[in-house]
Amino acid sequence: MNSEEKIRLQNFAIDIREKIIYQMSSLGSGHLGGNLSIADIVAVLYGSEMKYDPADPKSEERDILVCSKGHAGPCLYSALALKGFFPMERLDTLNRGGTDLPSHCDRLHVPGIEMTTGSLGQGFSAACGMALASKLDGNPRTVYCIIGDGESQEGQIWEAVLFAKHQELDNLILFVDYNKAQLDGLTKDICDMGDYVDKFHAFGWHTAEIDGHDVVAIKTAIDAAKADKTGRPHVIVCNTIKGYGVSFTKPDSCHHVTFTPELTEQCMRELEASRPTA
Amino acid sequence: MSYKILENKTTADVTMTSVYVKCLKALMAENPAITQIESDLGNSLLGGAAIKEIKAEFPKQFVDCGIQEANMIGVACGMSLTGRIPFAHSFAAFVSRRATDQAFISGAYAGSNVRIVGTDPGVSAQLNGGTHMPFEDVAIFRAFPNMTVIEPSDPVMLEDLMGKLAANYGMYYLRLFRKNALKIYEEGSTFEIGKANLLREGKDLTIITAGAVMMPEVLKAADDLAAEGIETRILDMFTIKPIDADAILAAAAVTGAIVTAENHNVINGLGSAVTDVLMTKGDRFVPVEMIGVQDKFGQVGPLAYLKEAYHLTAADIVEAAKKAVARKH
Repeated sequence: MNSEEKIRLQNFAIDIREKIIYQMSSLGSGHLGGNLSIADIVAVLYGSEMKYDPADPKSEERDILVCSKGHAGPCLYSALALKGFFPMERLDTLNRGGTDLPSHCDRLHVPGIEMTTGSLGQGFSAACGMALASKLDGNPRTVYCIIGDGESQEGQIWEAVLFAKHQELDNLILFVDYNKAQLDGLTKDICDMGDYVDKFHAFGWHTAEIDGHDVVAIKTAIDAAKADKTGRPHVIVCNTIKGYGVSFTKPDSCHHVTFTPELTEQCMRELEASRPTA
Repeated sequence: MSYKILENKTTADVTMTSVYVKCLKALMAENPAITQIESDLGNSLLGGAAIKEIKAEFPKQFVDCGIQEANMIGVACGMSLTGRIPFAHSFAAFVSRRATDQAFISGAYAGSNVRIVGTDPGVSAQLNGGTHMPFEDVAIFRAFPNMTVIEPSDPVMLEDLMGKLAANYGMYYLRLFRKNALKIYEEGSTFEIGKANLLREGKDLTIITAGAVMMPEVLKAADDLAAEGIETRILDMFTIKPIDADAILAAAAVTGAIVTAENHNVINGLGSAVTDVLMTKGDRFVPVEMIGVQDKFGQVGPLAYLKEAYHLTAADIVEAAKKAVARKH
């Protein structure tokens, strides 16, 4: 990746983070930490890797992203709005009564959202079904899925991990948002998930472990996964920081955050200051 | 909708599962999107020989997930959202209780397009006993918005409904008895989802039932009641949701007394669905007696024993009918 492309993707990730803060602060609160931690992954997907057409969100040609950690809806909504799937003004309506933008990913209300998620563990199974159907139907698309590390305490995740390998879903790329924290605190203190890479390796998956805030590493890992057509599904374990990008967040206490105008202003200032320079 | 009732009703020479297999294969041949998804109970529903044939003829239309009902429903929903038309099967007990939230969120709430097939409803789980005996599956799925709940009563009906299930979009629960059912409809009969069938006309009370397990008991009860001068209307309410409120209200108006007969807990099954209609839409008091499992767990035993044990027999229905008639004003 050349430096211009890198800067473009880093800026897109900052745009996404700003829109996340915008949606939540105008509402007053939101699931900030787990939205900020996946912003770089989402930036690389919508900024570089995925095929899609905002004017035809159901196109057969498209790639698919399922965000199984459904509370990260605002992060996807930011990317979708920035890419023109719906007017930016819709971001003003997050979680208002009667909205078409419920904060948990909702495929029936939000153009570009592929799966309704929010009950953890479920989106990944749906992504496996989408990958399997695509493969059986000869559709060359890639199906991407993002799960949380806390989410992978759900048993259904591991049913799907077994299933994906058995069905040889090498068109499936799974990101683990390994931000080491969940609602009640640090994952290691609640139900430690141990070594993700070892676990997926033992299940027969093609594995990679990267810095989930490094757009170059994310793109490189995706390209490596796409190039590996050996019948193994791909997992990219992304070391991330819950609440990444702004300074006030603490990983073990930023799952859900209440905003004040001062805090919002501080976040926006910090994000602008973090923009890369050529 | 064009159905005819057989004069002589005898046990069908085909099992419900063989009809399912025949229809499934025909639908698969017609439409490559039709997909059977199993969670290691394919042998129970389809049989080993049929699985081999399906795998050979339609290798891209059969998926066995292994023993993982939750993942199976999620996979089925995902496949449906990329164009497949899945039939996802497990025993009724597992596909309802073990995968409730998957069917609810990934299925109904997400607007997916899956036919959930639950076999061995109620006491028909027989020797598998209480762990496998669902008396609450209808209650579970009936509470989901956007969910249609269907319990076919005979093989002729199943054959017609399979085509309709394949053609329609949405979430369906097909509550399916696996064995030889009493054949009550003429071959070639057609049915309308959401419309009850009138099986017998009578002026003194109405029995409302669903499914192949209760049907022979209901029909015998009506004969026995007729012998005592009580004329019974019978409604085959094979669509438990959305329920045919007009048929219930008309039956209430004409016959003035109702017995519901279901192979399920009386709590939140067919009986509850019927009384919901009568209490909220009816214009008069109509006595209702509910035949069904009286809030008990399942147990092991052959079908005849279990029908006795849970008071699901023709004699129980006759007794309930007399009570209902006696309560009429």
